[in-house]
Amino acid sequence: MSESDHHHPTPPSPVEARAAALEALLAEKGLVSGEFIEAIVGAYVNDIGPMNGAKVVARAWVDGNYRQRLLADGTAAIAELEFGGPEGEHMVVVENTSEVHNVIVCTLCSCYPWPVLGLPPDWYKSPPYRARMVREPRKLLAEMGVDVPQSVRIQVWDSSAEIRYLVLPQRPQGSEGMSEERLAGLVTRDAMIGVARP
Amino acid sequence: MAAADGVHDLGGMEDFGPVIVEPTEPVFHAGWEGRVFAIGGILSVQGLTSTNDVRHAIERMDPAHYLGSPYFEHWLTAFATLLVERGVLTRAQLEARSGGPFPLSRPSRAPRWKGAVSRRARFTAGDRVRVVEAYWRGHTRCPRYVRGKRGVVDRCDGAFALPDADVDGAHPPLEPTYSVHFDAAELRGRDAEPGTAVSVGLWDSYLEPA
Repeated sequence: MSESDHHHPTPPSPVEARAAALEALLAEKGLVSGEFIEAIVGAYVNDIGPMNGAKVVARAWVDGNYRQRLLADGTAAIAELEFGGPEGEHMVVVENTSEVHNVIVCTLCSCYPWPVLGLPPDWYKSPPYRARMVREPRKLLAEMGVDVPQSVRIQVWDSSAEIRYLVLPQRPQGSEGMSEERLAGLVTRDAMIGVARP
Repeated sequence: MAAADGVHDLGGMEDFGPVIVEPTEPVFHAGWEGRVFAIGGILSVQGLTSTNDVRHAIERMDPAHYLGSPYFEHWLTAFATLLVERGVLTRAQLEARSGGPFPLSRPSRAPRWKGAVSRRARFTAGDRVRVVEAYWRGHTRCPRYVRGKRGVVDRCDGAFALPDADVDGAHPPLEPTYSVHFDAAELRGRDAEPGTAVSVGLWDSYLEPA
């Protein structure tokens, strides 16, 4: 029996009932355990999220050698900060400059760099984002709050094969002299997808 | 409609409207979402499901169900479908336990893969390529918006199982992949936004010299 069977004042929704049925049948066969499920959920709720990617970005902003390693071999440089795992085995980091603005999408499903950004938000997995980012990126970015000047190219990365991407945003003006830790606090999930600026 | 032109293949489609952003979104919106996510990890570690089989099972969902259901319901439907197809569970058990209908994905219509698997990298960065006009009734990672389009290889990305052949534990040989750069004008013609481009991850079999 799963947790959801106990604390419900109202009957479960059909999808909740289906999820509970699948879990219960697999548990009876000894294929899943509640303890293991809760450990995985806890890891993705508490430990694996955009705060990890923010540390990678802040390190690249303060350490030019690290930035070069990160752009040359994303997976290895991210592993230096002890981040890695499922959906982060083959990382490419793309750098925003005054000439190019990078943005990530997965048109076929929801591929996303879990070890550095956690699980994707609903909008990233939604049909409008997946349909439009490869068709009208400048218009969609403007709608989402990023006006990219006509003089700046927009490069969209569709994660349809095995590479997962992380955007290295431009360091904000006025952040000179800030500590690496404070810089990490400026870096948002959306800036590392490319739909915001830090 | 071939599975390769499935409802999941959304790149470039029209009329989906604005992107709705939930300002303070939790990782999971309900307890069942996290539990289904975790079950996915456990099934994969146990070898009961593979990434390509799960993706194919999601792609075989009824299109209206796919578009009308939350993301983790896709996973739930795919896991149940694969476990029923593999004889681990039955649909009757799932429906009895859930107390209602348990929609599953449609059966696979993919024939056995007979195409060649390309083991040697035929292209290198800077090569001009064209995406082949191929229609495959099974799982593929070649998005339809680049089919027949010309681009330039901008990066070689190593070799991985060709998704089209990697079904039901087939373990095909690894095949080179590339990032291929497409100018917006090649993808959208006169409707293209100037100064924009899309790079797409593609397997060697999806490409021909241009």
